[in-house]
Amino acid sequence: MRVAGKGLIDRSRRVRFSFDGKTYGGFAGDTVASALLANGVKLMGRSFKYHRPRGVLSAGSEEPNALITVGKGAQAEPNVRATVQEIYDGLVTRSQNAWPSLDFDVMAANDLAAPFLGAGFYYKTFMWPKRFWEAVYEPIIRKAAGLGALSGQSNVDTYEKAFAFCDLLVIGAGPTGLMAALTAARAGADVVLVDEDSLMGGRLNAETGAVGHQSGAVWAAGVVAELSGMENVRLMSRTTVTGVYDGSTYGAIERVSQHHAERSGGRPVACFWRIVARHCVLAAGAIERPIAFQNNDRPGVMTAGAVRAYLNRWDVSPGKRVAVFGNNDDAHRTARDLVAAGVHVVGLIDARADVDVGDAAYPVFAGAQVCNTGGRNALESITVRTATGEHALQVDCLAVSGGWNPTVHLTCHMNGRPTWREDIQAFVPTEGAVPDMTVAGACNGVFSTAACLADGVAAGKAALKALGKRTAEVEVPVAEDAPYALEPLWAVAGKGRAWLDFQNDVSVKDIRQAAAENFKSVEHMKRYTTQGMATDQGKSSNIGALAILADATGRAIPETGTTTYRPPFVPVSIAAMGAGGQGHGFAPERWTTSHKRTEEMGAPMIEAGLWYRPSYFPKAGEATWRESCDREVGYVRKAVGVCDVSTLGKIDIQGPDAGKLLDFVYTNVFSTLKVGRVRYGLMLREDGTVMDDGTTARLGDDHFVMTTTTAAAGAVMRHLEFVSQCLHPEWEVAFTSVTEQWAQFAVAGPKARELLNGLVDAPIDGESWPFMACGPVSVGGVTGRLFRISFSGEHAYELAVPSRYGAALFDELVARSEKLGGGPYGMEALNVLRIEKGFITHAEIEGRATAFDVGMGRMISAKKDCIGKVMAARPGLVEEDRPQLVGLRPVKADGALTGGAHLFDAGAEPVRVNHQGHVSSVGFSPDLGCMIGLGFLRRGPARMGEVIDMVDHVRGVQTRVTVCAPVFIDPDGERVRG
Amino acid sequence: MVELRETSPCAGLLPVTLGSVTVEELTPGPMTSLCVFGDASEMSAALEKAHGMGWPAPNRSTGKDGARAIWFGRGEVMLVGVSPDAALRKAGAIVDQSDGWAVVSVRGAAAVDVLARLVPVDLRGSVFKRGQTARTQVGHMPASITRTGAEAFMIMVFRSMAGTLVHDLKEAMAAVAARG
Repeated sequence: MRVAGKGLIDRSRRVRFSFDGKTYGGFAGDTVASALLANGVKLMGRSFKYHRPRGVLSAGSEEPNALITVGKGAQAEPNVRATVQEIYDGLVTRSQNAWPSLDFDVMAANDLAAPFLGAGFYYKTFMWPKRFWEAVYEPIIRKAAGLGALSGQSNVDTYEKAFAFCDLLVIGAGPTGLMAALTAARAGADVVLVDEDSLMGGRLNAETGAVGHQSGAVWAAGVVAELSGMENVRLMSRTTVTGVYDGSTYGAIERVSQHHAERSGGRPVACFWRIVARHCVLAAGAIERPIAFQNNDRPGVMTAGAVRAYLNRWDVSPGKRVAVFGNNDDAHRTARDLVAAGVHVVGLIDARADVDVGDAAYPVFAGAQVCNTGGRNALESITVRTATGEHALQVDCLAVSGGWNPTVHLTCHMNGRPTWREDIQAFVPTEGAVPDMTVAGACNGVFSTAACLADGVAAGKAALKALGKRTAEVEVPVAEDAPYALEPLWAVAGKGRAWLDFQNDVSVKDIRQAAAENFKSVEHMKRYTTQGMATDQGKSSNIGALAILADATGRAIPETGTTTYRPPFVPVSIAAMGAGGQGHGFAPERWTTSHKRTEEMGAPMIEAGLWYRPSYFPKAGEATWRESCDREVGYVRKAVGVCDVSTLGKIDIQGPDAGKLLDFVYTNVFSTLKVGRVRYGLMLREDGTVMDDGTTARLGDDHFVMTTTTAAAGAVMRHLEFVSQCLHPEWEVAFTSVTEQWAQFAVAGPKARELLNGLVDAPIDGESWPFMACGPVSVGGVTGRLFRISFSGEHAYELAVPSRYGAALFDELVARSEKLGGGPYGMEALNVLRIEKGFITHAEIEGRATAFDVGMGRMISAKKDCIGKVMAARPGLVEEDRPQLVGLRPVKADGALTGGAHLFDAGAEPVRVNHQGHVSSVGFSPDLGCMIGLGFLRRGPARMGEVIDMVDHVRGVQTRVTVCAPVFIDPDGERVRG
Repeated sequence: MVELRETSPCAGLLPVTLGSVTVEELTPGPMTSLCVFGDASEMSAALEKAHGMGWPAPNRSTGKDGARAIWFGRGEVMLVGVSPDAALRKAGAIVDQSDGWAVVSVRGAAAVDVLARLVPVDLRGSVFKRGQTARTQVGHMPASITRTGAEAFMIMVFRSMAGTLVHDLKEAMAAVAARG
């Protein structure tokens, strides 16, 4: 219910939203939690395991209970904390994990079976039969337990990723953070101030104490106004720092439009920031911890600080008859604020015997504890245990405080462990846990407002010192400076289940059982009980649980230690982390200069690394890709085909030692290559297996151009860098990728020269351009490069021009080849053409094959050293028994060959021990009228003519094949020289 | 004689303006990669003599609009805007790259904010000043970024990636513009 207007909501702006199909009213500035409480709604969720009714516990991002699904359809976002979600007109929310409704949840029957469902239940129960776990038990358990579900539809919302850089990152805009930011900003530092709330000010917005002559909230707003007017300050509200990483890098998630109805116009839902800061002030505050007692999870039981926040900031009293239960002075504020707001305080129960509350306007039970609650879906009563016995009090809200835990999480992300402080019964960050970070305020165990303000200034000054900047004076305003007095109370003794982790339903009993079953390490206890493993990561319960574990194992709390704090601090949607990676953003698309024309011709594209290459060029009347492919193969064998080969890596190599470099990286000799000639080369990795192959042309005495395969271009470049930087830095050689500079086209077939002679400015002949010649040519006045090389076994050339002319040249080549009875060909035809000639690709040199295996053992020159030479000579790599390259033909002309199939002796059982090799490449040869293949067969070269079995276990194909030489067409190479 | 027409890398894709930011294709003229075989002093002297600009230190460029030497990596500089003098050939490897790169300018008040969506280096004016350059990434693409003015950058990516560059920039521009 709303109380008299004094809070920070905008009463002039009414907002309507829905929860579980029912419409509620609220005001601008409300969260779903505050607005529902104002409407008297206390039941907001069901617990994960037992489906117990739960209400809101907190007023911040630590909320374990009030998880809702926001939005509809594909845009629905599950597991949103109602305490964080701001309301807006038209907001649609619903509860989770309840069926048929939140009020009556069938699965709450789990709660009746609770005696059997304790910690370790699954591990003990679903052991046998073994295969039942995956097939039966797990699906049932997952269905029964759970949180909100994803829609399963593709989300149309956009998300964003971004980088930010600053001198000083201040995390948290409470009194400490504001003062730290102000101190640094006035001194001219480049400051980023982040806060996860929509309204900066932290606890100042939730408390009644004054700062200076103003209320805390008004003072905070004044500081924020000053900061927002400074050019060197960036304020980021609704932004939670989620992780700390190396290099002073901080991950943060910003809610950009989750508080808006409008998501159009490219406005992202959320942005995942990576902030690099030279220094950081962590002023993340503290999280209040509940006290465990029987049925302490009843909707209406909340932390005392949350009750004050709802009252003072949102004008909401979570109850009409409120009791306060605590072990510290801070809880008393809640009783005082409630009374001041006219709310009936039924009693203040303080676990400490000697407390001085002065003139309290409500009954005070000193040395007493709350030991049970009553009610069903909402709190109706509490049982107070005093020295004289147990008394029932009729209440509809209980504010509980077990003390405050500094928010140490971020300080532990680089493997730091927090330090226990006995005086405040809490862990604080260990100094130096994160380099270049100053921890201040409540986050460091400093709890009064005055001390926090002063600590913020000190932190700001420390940051400025670290940044080497001079300090400007900042006056610290006057504020409350009450001592923080507390006596530890983690759990109230008694029967029944006293809850610690509300979200995962872990009780005090579960922790004690874990200890009894020897899961005594805090990490073991966590995994055995699932304590702290829910979406809230146990922010309000972990310390309580380890205190119980310490008690159960007879150890001190610091000796027991905490579990490991890991990023992210709050849930981050994968959509935000992967922002921009959908559709075209997944990876860069590399397009050749002929891409547009190729698409216009209707060619389906296949990806080769990041490149897009045409698969084939369909023509009217062709029903299958095979028909197109066969036709294109015919162009090259009978007339002339053209193909864009620009994607092959081209590396320009220059320098007096260029020849030395090539001799060292290739197995064969290049330093003897004549200017104007091209040579095929094979390159090994250091371990002796084949790395890549290609041709290298000598353009001048000290000038070569190496080609690599499309996929290995980057790897070869890296390899050359390694050689020149690490192995031979003394060599005078430089290399540069020119892959993108040149558009290069294969012109292949018996009419290739005829085509070129109509195109180049000066005609060529067999004498001026013999096989493996290269040199400059002029095409329409443009200087290009012509290489007489062939990947099809036909008379062929590759013509390169600067890329700006690539599109035009491709058009010319297509037109001219068509006139000669040919045309463009794609990757399918290219593949058939090279298989027919036994030319290898990375289907053969796939990282395991040696030069010996591919029949090129003799290409490793005996006259010189090269990378991989020694390792390639290891006995195991040159054994006759190794699978070696062979050709394969089906015995029957219609026999199918499939890539990846395995080879066996004819009639042998097709099992692993009989394995003789595999098929690496297959294609249909129009010339031979059957499928042909390349493969690797044990002792292959010695088995020509042998009939064996090809078995494809995956596709269910079995074919009898003949082993043959891997060159199917023109074995003597007459055409290529013609 | 056949006539080959020219096609620029970003043909049909640019210019684009969204919010306060405009992306245009630049045609900076000749681009030449200068690589030294070891020590850069000889090349630096030749560059100074022929083109009046020194060999830039890492992450720096020399020269001015129209003729710049941009640091491009270890022992490598991209000479942009002028044809390399023949004297440079004696000092190292000279490789024509005029057609290898898509070159665009990103200009406007929010240019830094747009690039902050895609580029993982600090481009704030106080840190990355006019003439400073970086070999870094734009999204997933290797890139060269040079600040050419208070609110202007020159970005180079592989020519083949021009489409992705424009796609990624447009998405980032839309997101920044939508925030208002």
